[in-house]
Amino acid sequence: MSSTPQEHPGAAAHAPRSKTDLFISFTLLALQGFGGVLAVVQRELVDKKQWLTLDEFVEDWAVAQILPGPNVVNLALMIGGRHFGLLGALSALSGLLLAPTILVLLLAAAVAGVAETAVAQGMLRGMGAVSAGLIAAVGIKLMGALKNNPMGRLSCIGIAALTFVAIGLLRLPLAWVLLTLGPLSSVWAAHCLKQRGAA
Amino acid sequence: MSISLTLADWGSLFLHFISLSLLAVGGAITTAPDIHRYLVDETHWLSDTQFTSSIALAQGAPGPNVMFIALMGWNVGLNAGGGLAAGWSAVALALWGVFITMMGIMIPSCTLTFVATQWAHRNRDMRAVKAFKSGMAPIVIALLIATGWLLTGNHENPARDWPLWALAAATTLIVWKTQTHLLLLLAFGALLGAVGWI
Repeated sequence: MSSTPQEHPGAAAHAPRSKTDLFISFTLLALQGFGGVLAVVQRELVDKKQWLTLDEFVEDWAVAQILPGPNVVNLALMIGGRHFGLLGALSALSGLLLAPTILVLLLAAAVAGVAETAVAQGMLRGMGAVSAGLIAAVGIKLMGALKNNPMGRLSCIGIAALTFVAIGLLRLPLAWVLLTLGPLSSVWAAHCLKQRGAA
Repeated sequence: MSISLTLADWGSLFLHFISLSLLAVGGAITTAPDIHRYLVDETHWLSDTQFTSSIALAQGAPGPNVMFIALMGWNVGLNAGGGLAAGWSAVALALWGVFITMMGIMIPSCTLTFVATQWAHRNRDMRAVKAFKSGMAPIVIALLIATGWLLTGNHENPARDWPLWALAAATTLIVWKTQTHLLLLLAFGALLGAVGWI
């Protein structure tokens, strides 16, 4: 958990220096992200570079998740756009996509046919299990950010548990869950913020 | 596999990905079933094997999962050009396929994200914006944990698949508690899979 002031976002210790910095940082992020980039993004942008506090990361991730499109792509657009406008967003986006596209196409051309072999399947299976663990770990780490949530700990745990049951156990469609729990939870948060403001 | 695509076909390929873009809530992978319906079942521009290995390869390669779309575009272009054996003209068509599909899936959602988040950032002190972010926080955190759970739970035979569960659980603990390099963990998982232990 960071020790930065919690009242106002924008309290992160550092920021990207330039559009080139954005491009290079997101290229390096993308090239480290096997089976999804989220775990690397949290480690690099929050723990190492400190462009975002844990709280800001959770907030941004919520927005990136609810908007259509790949989540990490949305996050790159948000961070790039916040610091350097449209060109910043495009720098972060192209950093995220350019090198991996070239790499994956070279791979496809090189290994045509290899992907079906038993060894390759085994490797993918092993990496799949690890990346499942990576994603769950990010979720657990982000729980630290709920400490500052205006809804209070109990409500947060309740809402999180409901979401987990709906998606993880009942396997309801994501859109339904987001469209029902999301507005309910947001209205409750608005109510709590209002109370806190009045107190 | 060899096919021929007219200019109108390329146009409808582009439009199909444009129309899917705004439906991809929760990541591009949620559109995979519809892409399968369109490219494999309906138009036969892509073989079933190409479809599956595009997803597998994108999962195994670095970068966002949306790379699977680039690979499908690549394969459609390659099929239209007569396969890799046909040489550079096929590669050019394959790159064209990548361009068409990636632009289609990216342009609408990226435009929406950019405009919406710039607005939200300018109005970040509005109570509605704060409430939305605070209200969504516990939901998206639970979603991440559920995703990890579902990715592990794909393997439905506990007697055979318990090593995968153990590996995922161990990874969660290590990432949570230590700063071990993530690539090291992935390499370890790949190694265990390659030698057939999991």
